[in-house]
Order: sequence, then structure tokens, then C-alpha cells
Amino acid sequence: MTDPLVIFDLLLALAIVALAVAALSVRDLYAMIVVFVIFGLLSALAWVRLSAPDVALAEAAIGTGVTGALLLKTLHHLRFASGQRSVSMTPTIPVPTGVMLANAAFCGLITLGLAVAFLGAPSAGPGFDTLVAESMPASGVDHPVTGVLLNFRAYDTLMEVVVLLAAVVAVWQIERGLSDAPAPEMGEVWQGFARLALPAIVVVGTYLLWVGAEAPGGAFQGGAVLAAVGLLLLLTRAYVPQPHHRGIARGAFVLGTGVFALVALLVAGGGRVAFEYPLDHAKTLILLIEGMVTISIAVTLAALFHGREPVALRMEDRHDT
Amino acid sequence: MTPDLIYGVTGIAVFGIGLVGALCAQERLRRVLALKLCSVGAGFLLVVGAWREPPDTPDPVPHALVITGIVVMVSATAVALALIRRLQTLEAEDDA
Repeated sequence: MTDPLVIFDLLLALAIVALAVAALSVRDLYAMIVVFVIFGLLSALAWVRLSAPDVALAEAAIGTGVTGALLLKTLHHLRFASGQRSVSMTPTIPVPTGVMLANAAFCGLITLGLAVAFLGAPSAGPGFDTLVAESMPASGVDHPVTGVLLNFRAYDTLMEVVVLLAAVVAVWQIERGLSDAPAPEMGEVWQGFARLALPAIVVVGTYLLWVGAEAPGGAFQGGAVLAAVGLLLLLTRAYVPQPHHRGIARGAFVLGTGVFALVALLVAGGGRVAFEYPLDHAKTLILLIEGMVTISIAVTLAALFHGREPVALRMEDRHDT
Repeated sequence: MTPDLIYGVTGIAVFGIGLVGALCAQERLRRVLALKLCSVGAGFLLVVGAWREPPDTPDPVPHALVITGIVVMVSATAVALALIRRLQTLEAEDDA
């Protein structure tokens, strides 16, 4: 009980719960997003304590970094759209206190039930540990999480890439035809910072992708870090999306899904099923898939941040001049 | 007291807080964020389930599931935020 790590765990757990409450109760929406980002980073730290560094990296890069950027961008848009009268973005009609209390009570009951179930559950129940450990030599990589993601449960990962693709299609569709209102200008990022940070981000992202074969890292973490390159380029206006770039962007969105599905189909046959990579080429194939998926993830996340199709930007330029 | 117990209870608490927020929060942005809190809470439980006493390595399958979940959640969040932006633009046009 006097173990300093237990004290650290308790303090971290308390901080996480307190930040979750703070994120929902703080009045200012900007402060809410900042509190949420801190909450996400501390959760990632907690997952490192639970010896899940891959998950922690993904949460820090995607769940916190990219999500935080998306939230900030939307908040900026909302404040711009509602103009000077701003701030009250509440859909008005106040909910009766009684309904609120009933909701809170039911949520409390659900949470209590979950807690009872969790505390009563047998600890360290049978998992897939031994199964994965036995099959690792056949996977072509040395890191179990990458093996599971890209080999044993590759269908899940393929569908995950498809979900990302569907999201970007949906976002482009939703914001189509909004050209009357010019997109709100974002604050400038200092060019010098971008010049210093960009090469470092590219190196870190590529390293994360490469090291995924034998250590924590991989396509999703690397892709999210590389997406930061896109965000910085957009924010510094070093790159302004043009309508005729849409074709390239669409190609990049589909690249990961396409290569993934193609490899899965091509290895099938000759007694093998889809995703059953031939052992000699397993590592090469996995790296090929991961590389292409990384490019797709980076471009898709940057496009999700940018929001609407570039065509609207063109029209907006015409309005301005 | 082991980390899995501490962080398991933390995860359930975060999930509950997110649930209350998703049902009771007024601003749309805050409701989306509350759902994200729920997903982090669920992630906590999966990671806790994968945890083993230190000499043993953790179970990689739940880890992969949580990574998948994080990516799916960011996709869902992006679509929800685009819908919020669109709604706000339409409302601003109505007011004008």
C-alpha cells in the first residue's frame, strides 16, 4: 500500500475523473476543449501505466490531438457563424429540472450497475494471450498489437479504414453548397514554427509507422502524426486547397482501402483465404498495406479538419474580391 | 490495490459522467464531447481487461479493438461536428 506507484495511480485517476467533470461543467466552450485535451493526455498516461503504449499513442494522437483540433475548428466556425451576438449557441428551450434529475438518476443507476458488474467479475479472465503468442511466428511481425491489427483481425482494420473513408465522404456531402457563407478565417500560425516543426513531425510520423513492426507504433499513430503536417500546412496557408486538387485528394482517401482490399484478394487462392499472407512475404505485404493506409489516414484526417470541399473556397474568393 | 482496479473504477466513472453529459448538456458541442468521454471510459475498461500482472505481457486483442474504436470515434465526431456546423449556418441564415 505504501508503493509510490499506487499513490501515483490514485492521484492520476482522481485527476482524470475531476477533469471529465470539469469539461462538462465549465461554462466557456473554449475552456471546455482545453480541459478535454488535458483529460485525453492524462488518459493516455493512465493507459501507459496499464502497459498499453500503442493505445496510449493512438489516444494522444487521434483521440486527443485530432479530435481537439476538430472541436476548436468547429467552435471557431460557430462563433463566426453566430457573429457578434455569439456565445449563446444553446438551442434555447430549457429542459425542466425534473427531467434533468431523472436523467442523472438513471445514468447513476447504470453506472452503479456497471461498477457492481466490474467489481464482481473474475480478474484476469481467459483472454487471447496464449492464442496470439502461439501464432506470432506466423504473422510476419514481432509486435503482437500490429500482428493482431494487420493480420489476425485484418477485417476489423479494413472496415475501420472504410469507416474513415465514409466519414470524409459524409463531411464533404454535408457541407456541400454552403458557399454563400465564406469559411471563417483561422488565426495564422507563425511560419517559423511550421518550418521548424514540419521536418520533425515527418520524421516522427514515419518512424512510428516503421517501428510498428516490432515495437509500439503503427499505421494509425503514424498517420495521425503525419496528419499534423497537413493541419500545419493548412493553418500557415503554405497550402491552400484548390478545386482541381480534389481528384488527387479522392485518390489519396481511397488508396489505403484499395491497396488493403487488393492485397487481401490477391493472396487468396491456392488454398489460402483472404488475409492469409504467405509467410515469406508477410512482413513486406504488411508494411506495404501499413504505408498506404498511413498516407490515406493522414490525408483523410487533414481533410476532415479542413471540412468542406475546396470548391467552396474558390467561390468564397470570388465573393471577397 | 492494483492498477486495474483503480483505472477500472475510473473508466466506469468517466463513462457515467459522459452519459449524464450526453443526456443533460445543452450545447451541441458539449454533447458530442460527452459522447467522446463515454468512449474513453469504454476504452479504459477494455484496456483494464487486457492488463496482466507485470511479468506477463498484456492481451493484444483488446488493445487492437480500442485502437479501432478510437479511429471510429474520430470519424463519428468529425461527421457530428460537420452536422453541427451546417445546422448553425442554416440557423444563422434564418435569423438574418
